[in-house]
Amino acid sequence: MSTTYVVRDSTTLLRRNLLHLQRYPSLTVTVVAMPVVFLLLFVFVFGGTMGAGLPASGVEEGRAAYLAYIAPAILVMTVMSVANSTAVMVAKDACEGIIDRFRTMAVARSAPLVAHVLAALAQTVLGVVLVLLVAVGLGYRPDAGALGWFGAAGLVLLLGWTVTWLCVALGLASGSVEAASNAPLPLILLPFLSSGFVPTDSMPSGLAWVADHQPFTPIIDTLRACLAGVSPGADLWWAIGWCVLGSVLCFAWSRRLFARGRAA
Amino acid sequence: MTTTTHPSEVAIQILGLTKSYGDTAVLDGLDLTVPTGTVYALLGPNGAGKTTTVNICSTLLSADHGEVRIGGHDVREDPDRVRTVIGVTGQFSAVDELLTGRENLLLMADLQHLRRAQGRDVVEDLLARFDLVEAADRRVATYSGGMKRRLDLAMTLVGSPRVIFLDEPTTGLDPRSRRELWAVVREQVAAGVTVLLTTQYLEEADQLADRVGVLDGGRLVAEGTPAELKRQVPGAALEVQYVDGRADRVPYDGSVAALRGMLADLDDDAVADLTVLTPDLDDVFLALTGHRGRATIGTAARAESDIDEKAGAR
Ligand SMILES: Nc1ncnc2c1ncn2[C@@H]1O[C@H](COP(=O)(O)OP(=O)(O)OP(=O)(O)O)[C@@H](O)[C@H]1O
Ligand SMILES: [Mg+2]
Repeated sequence: MSTTYVVRDSTTLLRRNLLHLQRYPSLTVTVVAMPVVFLLLFVFVFGGTMGAGLPASGVEEGRAAYLAYIAPAILVMTVMSVANSTAVMVAKDACEGIIDRFRTMAVARSAPLVAHVLAALAQTVLGVVLVLLVAVGLGYRPDAGALGWFGAAGLVLLLGWTVTWLCVALGLASGSVEAASNAPLPLILLPFLSSGFVPTDSMPSGLAWVADHQPFTPIIDTLRACLAGVSPGADLWWAIGWCVLGSVLCFAWSRRLFARGRAA
Repeated sequence: MTTTTHPSEVAIQILGLTKSYGDTAVLDGLDLTVPTGTVYALLGPNGAGKTTTVNICSTLLSADHGEVRIGGHDVREDPDRVRTVIGVTGQFSAVDELLTGRENLLLMADLQHLRRAQGRDVVEDLLARFDLVEAADRRVATYSGGMKRRLDLAMTLVGSPRVIFLDEPTTGLDPRSRRELWAVVREQVAAGVTVLLTTQYLEEADQLADRVGVLDGGRLVAEGTPAELKRQVPGAALEVQYVDGRADRVPYDGSVAALRGMLADLDDDAVADLTVLTPDLDDVFLALTGHRGRATIGTAARAESDIDEKAGAR
């Protein structure tokens, strides 16, 4: 199969996926609702107390400080929420036999999956911008310079790329739409066990160790540093490393599942 | 790259095909040959392995052993070539419910790499042929089951496949839609396309197929033209209604000579009505597999044909 067909077929199928998103804006609303609810909950219900417990960080205090602290984690949750909905859409395609139809056609093998991932990235950009606007509406003021914004945007896309490949695989592996909507749940809970919502040194030591060594801690710390306009240091390399490793593994896994066909 | 195949007399060649799931052998040495430009009907009860066979032929599933060639290409060695030759309508409609009918067809045209204008023409033509023009711009989610099935088949034809697999294509269709679909199949075959269809409706095999294979226990238990298969089972009889209200049913071997002899013995004035009962594929099915076909469960219908209709057909 020539590479021109990979590009052409992926573009064709991306158009299909974007048409779904355009025709059903409710898909994006649902995806954005989860992080927005978390944002409101954490800022208004827990924010006062949590903010007081944060190590002093200059100008902001209390609720405002906590908003600035969790904003990166909420953006990461937005990325996860999009990926979760991709798992559902991939499972829907698989269960409705559409993927099998593509598999009987001379369509470039990875094109249907690439299309889902690219559409998810488009939705990620939209979702993250919307959630960021809500955060800004609540008083969040990122301090990022041009380089910081560039880094933040790049990291969001890289993370989106990675977790969407994972969710494409989960969607293919799950065998039903219901299973696919639950499969990414552990992944969505993972940011809670990271530095996303409280500093890890406030956790019991065992948990702190887990939090310090799981991928979301360096990812969220890097994003927080970029948005605050400070250098992320070594966290940046850990974040990129985790994402590259994850996306390579999940891409290979998805390809295998696609070639193997429908889950038994 | 375009495919250059030698024009081959055999469109589908299956040799010694086996497939098991765990300990259950679904296919157990299936051999099957379909000449180019003919219709082959694969009959079998639920779970006989019809879908499994179609899935292996259409590159969706890999076999354990055996060889399958479609249009001369080996499905294992050269699946991409096979995919350029085939069109598949699976047992369950595979359409995008969120798009309109026209968008579904245009998607297929793009994936078949047709030029834009050519793709449009093909799509409009198919919409018209499958009676979907009015519904073309409605979301498929609003279509009836029969409409989805028709769209499904139209999508299969977008790439002008030379070999078509239809897995229970008329299940769930009303009689009119079924007849329309049969017409489409005949049209394709007239144009030189080869069709392998699976069905549980014996009438469908009788109507469409040049050859019928009965699949049971993972292999073909019988194969032949519909007429040949019917000849293999007893069941032919002459039913006589007399003017005085008596009725009689005389079994015979199904041959014309025997029928002529029986008619010679009848008194012209005493007979009110004559019916020739011929075994239908349902009898064949029952005799060969011990199961009934789905079409006649509960009714145990027989194909009853008027004697003059039958005489005209011979
Ligand atoms: N993925 C699978 N895992 C285990 N067994 C399977 C699997 N797929 C099919 N089978 C079994 O293989 C057998 C043949 O299935 P197949 O779908 O080919 O039958 P079929 O003739 O198409 O039946 P139907 O008329 O119900 O469509 C069945 O007994 C089925 O349970
Ligand atoms: Mg089947």
